[in-house]
Amino acid sequence: MQHDDLLWDLLGNKQFCSFKVKTKTQNFCRNEYNITGLCNRSSCPLANSQYATVKEERGQCFLYMKTIERAAFPFRLWERVKLSKNYERALEQIDEHLIYWPRFIRHKCKQRFTKITQYLIRIRKLILKRQRKLVPLNKKVERREKRREEKALIAAQLDNAIEKELLERLKQGTYEDIYNFPIHTFDKALDKQDEESETDSSEEEDDEDVGQVEYVEGDEIDESDLSDLEDNLEGEEEEEEQEQEQEQSSDAEELEKEPSTSKGKTPVKGPAHKKRPYVEIEYEQETEPAAKVTSS
Amino acid sequence: MAAARKRERPGTEPEAQAQAQAQAQAEAQAQAQAGSGPPPVPQFPPTFSISEIKNKQRRQFMFQRWKRARRQEQLAAKKKRQKEREALGDKAPPKPVPKTIENQREYDETTVDPDDEEVAFDEATDEFSSYFNRQTSPKILITTSDRPRGRTVRLCEQLAKVVPNSHVYYRRGLALKNVIPQCVAREFTYLLVINENRKVPNGLIVSHLPNGPTAHFKMSSVRLAKELKRRGKDPSSHSPEVILNNFSTRLGHSIGRMFAALFPYNPQFVGRQVVTFHNQRDYIFFRFHRYIFRNEKKVGLQELGPRFTLKLRSLQKGTFDSKYGEYEWIHKRHEMDTSRRKFHL
Repeated sequence: MQHDDLLWDLLGNKQFCSFKVKTKTQNFCRNEYNITGLCNRSSCPLANSQYATVKEERGQCFLYMKTIERAAFPFRLWERVKLSKNYERALEQIDEHLIYWPRFIRHKCKQRFTKITQYLIRIRKLILKRQRKLVPLNKKVERREKRREEKALIAAQLDNAIEKELLERLKQGTYEDIYNFPIHTFDKALDKQDEESETDSSEEEDDEDVGQVEYVEGDEIDESDLSDLEDNLEGEEEEEEQEQEQEQSSDAEELEKEPSTSKGKTPVKGPAHKKRPYVEIEYEQETEPAAKVTSS
Repeated sequence: MAAARKRERPGTEPEAQAQAQAQAQAEAQAQAQAGSGPPPVPQFPPTFSISEIKNKQRRQFMFQRWKRARRQEQLAAKKKRQKEREALGDKAPPKPVPKTIENQREYDETTVDPDDEEVAFDEATDEFSSYFNRQTSPKILITTSDRPRGRTVRLCEQLAKVVPNSHVYYRRGLALKNVIPQCVAREFTYLLVINENRKVPNGLIVSHLPNGPTAHFKMSSVRLAKELKRRGKDPSSHSPEVILNNFSTRLGHSIGRMFAALFPYNPQFVGRQVVTFHNQRDYIFFRFHRYIFRNEKKVGLQELGPRFTLKLRSLQKGTFDSKYGEYEWIHKRHEMDTSRRKFHL
């Protein structure tokens, strides 16, 4: 007869048991062979010389049994039986091996086995679903990448790059006739042509023209007619402005700031008034030859 | 005062006595040779370095003096060079170009030549060709990882405004493998998944749907629209233009085409909105602007939508399948991050 009662008296109640975990309401037993997990007289594997458990290893369930005959041989103490994968068959096996054993242990073994099979099923189901993979972040690498990103941002000069690209597209004509600027590109082309012709002519005809008398047309606009001109120009400007307004209104619906270079919608009064006709005259003269070029 | 200190210190320091002796000898010699005049700078033995002086105050003083002298030398050299340049005028040699990382970039053999036929042929037959041949128009599904927080949700909404013809759906724990066949059935062309970590979006998966490549990016520096300074009003529903900058290698080309196929083929120029994907040193910067041409030389830009940076982590051939997919390119830190001048995009 093993001194079970004595052991229980000491471990369970009076002395220290290293497997015991005390909480406010209950005591638990951390022994790996414990069948219920609670610290009880009937569940303590140390205080019961005839004991059985069901344990699971890598998805396989085993029935462990301990009998008093082997109490002197700790190495051979626990006898292990592999249980079948079939649930009912395994229950029959438990019954068969634990025949004539106390009812409590038989019952608890079957309960434990049921629980184990249930959680094994759940594991198999979860594996099929999505699995979250945790990737560790290397702090040094993160810091380095952040710094490199900052430097790349500075090197990129994004605003300049975007503006350059948009201007390129405008020049190539991807926007076709949406914008009013092509006139200036014509001007540029004209200027280039003028430069070329000037350089050519200056090189070739420099010597020839010296001394020759030529009669040239007077300017179309006389200074005495300036007052009439101003009225005409104002009328023409208003027409131009109306055209531009129609075009700009569709574009500039959401812009809050008006570009300062656009021609003012209201005629400017005061000292600027005198300067304007002079500027307008030049503009008109340049557009006339442009019109001639397009028509021919 | 500095000169006075110079003469007093060597006498008081016990450790610099050897120097003091050397100084005294040098000074004596120099004075003997030169005669009158201010005491010359002491000649130290050539193995001496300022960092070996143990006294911190003295060390700092010597270092400052050395630095000042060096700075003056450099300024003098610079002025001399400038004068020479002016004197030469037109004949001056061209200014030396400073070295930048982009200049010094290691040559990548997969860089695309603009008139490479093989590349052109590949691009005519790859998964995006149907988009570029105008057979399919894009339809995008935007979703997140499980249980998104506020920032991610708002980013999704803003992205939905930037990209036309896009729909935002909540994830609700669905597996992507099941989502993808449903998307294909409903004729979506793109799946965008924004991954989140600790309440902040940090990853982006772009998957071209019929059976196209999947790219996985790391997303950083996310700024939502309302956090931007000098922002314009809400974006309109016109299709934006697309700008793709600096995608030079084959890999970069395919990523660039992937981004381009997100947007409808015909941008509405009336809307004046532009989406930019700018690649610099393997970081792709995403920006969304509204532009206006002030004259033929100046453009005004107004930033509208969200902005973020992407860094490519992997490119996989089929649709999203992280376990059994065939990867075209994975970023391997120990192999690819060894040189500062090597970039892959």
